[in-house]
Amino acid sequence: MNILLISIIVIIFLIITGLLGYLGWRNTKNEADYLLAGRKTHPVIMAISYGATFISTAAIIGFGGAAAVFGMGILWLTFLNIIIGIFIAFVVFGKRTRKIGHNLDAHTFPELLGKRYDSRFLQVASGLLIFFSMPLYAGSVIIGGASFIAQTFGINYEIALFFFVAVVAVYVVMGGLKGVMYTDAFQGSVMFIGMFILLVFTYVKLGGVVSAHQALTNLAPEAVKVWGGAGHRGWTEMPSLGSVFWWQLVSTIVMGVGIGVLAQPQLAVRFMTVKSDRELNRGVLIGGVFILMMTGVGFVVGALTNVYFFNNPDFNVISIVAAGKKVDNIIPLYITKAMPAWFTAVFMVTLLAAAMSTLSSQFHTMGTSFGRDFMEKGLGIKSKNSLLSTKISMSFTIVFSTVIAYYLPKFFEQGSAIIAIGTAIFFGLCASTFLPLYIGALFSKRVTKEAAIAGFFVGLSVSLFWLVFVHVKESAPLGLCKVIFGVDSLGGKSILQQVDPLIIALPLSSLTTIVTSLFTKKIDKKHLDTCFYGVK
Amino acid sequence: MLGIKDFWVFFAYFGSIAGALVCVAYGIINWN
Repeated sequence: MNILLISIIVIIFLIITGLLGYLGWRNTKNEADYLLAGRKTHPVIMAISYGATFISTAAIIGFGGAAAVFGMGILWLTFLNIIIGIFIAFVVFGKRTRKIGHNLDAHTFPELLGKRYDSRFLQVASGLLIFFSMPLYAGSVIIGGASFIAQTFGINYEIALFFFVAVVAVYVVMGGLKGVMYTDAFQGSVMFIGMFILLVFTYVKLGGVVSAHQALTNLAPEAVKVWGGAGHRGWTEMPSLGSVFWWQLVSTIVMGVGIGVLAQPQLAVRFMTVKSDRELNRGVLIGGVFILMMTGVGFVVGALTNVYFFNNPDFNVISIVAAGKKVDNIIPLYITKAMPAWFTAVFMVTLLAAAMSTLSSQFHTMGTSFGRDFMEKGLGIKSKNSLLSTKISMSFTIVFSTVIAYYLPKFFEQGSAIIAIGTAIFFGLCASTFLPLYIGALFSKRVTKEAAIAGFFVGLSVSLFWLVFVHVKESAPLGLCKVIFGVDSLGGKSILQQVDPLIIALPLSSLTTIVTSLFTKKIDKKHLDTCFYGVK
Repeated sequence: MLGIKDFWVFFAYFGSIAGALVCVAYGIINWN
């Protein structure tokens, strides 16, 4: 790997990122600029920013590696990402979020929920949930970014971690959401080009689309040999219905992330940054193609790496064996071995862009949740310069996330699997706690304040219980279940231990929200008229 | 089907492409 070439490309990338961050800082004059990018963001910038925030290194490296194990069935997640994460999110959720958010003068996702249900408590609770749980997700992204910087440049992990966080922190704290979205748009464009080249190179290398797929289909006996007992039937087939592999693929990867995207605070706030539905309509065009090029390419290439490694005389084994049984090493190994040297440098910058664009939005969302939703609205601490207090809160949350990123690998002691675990936990937690009341806030006048609060806490408590005591992927490394009950999971040897918390918590929190609404007092009609003014 | 054995995987592969094309069509039709 040519370190000089990579260094030059990375430096150019960082200079452009820095200039765009500076542009964001120059154009930030007030609180609306800092929190909502002035509410008149260009649709192309908004859509690419949404996509680049959504797709982190976990999606390309973590889930791309998972595709090498599960096969092309993981493309159901791409399908859901496009249909739910883009089309339904923009057209159905986005338009109402923008309009109701504007009617209520909401600047953050918790503020939207709090004002819609006329509950300061809900705003504070939502803000605190984001503040305490998002560092786990941000920590995962930091670990992914810092690990790859350390490996690429052969430097100490701690130095890489500090450098990575410092660069992102400067332009987020100074430039606010404008700085974040300008840099996101540039970083998203870099990601798009990198993934497009990767797709073309891979299909050409494997003899074309049909030949590549057929070669992968012919490798099925190799997959059955390794994972047949868990339900694997080959990389171009879905796992056996109800098997361990089927539950992992469908409940955690496809459903967990595919549905969880709807209730992501850092994504929902994007809808409030544009000034009309027209921008959202235009954003759909960009978003659909962007997500196809990110997850679609990552998953297809991930599965096809098996053909490359198996047919390569240097390996003659499937991807997971070639990568030393480390899922997160599959894509980097493939890039290093199968792609030309110059593309290795391009792909490194693609990964850096993916990590930075996600992390910047996480920092911004955590900072506003703590500063505006908790300190200002919850504790009533209102300074003369609320922009400065938001910046101070943001700096505090950045330090908090960095500390978590530093200690997380030491706590779990299982390396890079933390990246996927941290991401999946946060997506599932958001869906279980926020989704029922978010849907109620946008589409129903019947959901009451008490029902929203009840649904929130049922979703939160059931999710946490299932994570700590049943879902073996988290309960085993956490160890609390082992300490109290002497087993890794209360699910015993049954399939329950493979069922994602979302599958249990989301129906229960939805049911709680609906049932509680039937027995509690409706929200004042005048307030509802204000909320839904002009909503078609 | 184009080298993919399982219909449901084939559906996810081309469904994703079709989904992106629907997004493009929607964006163009509703551009203004």
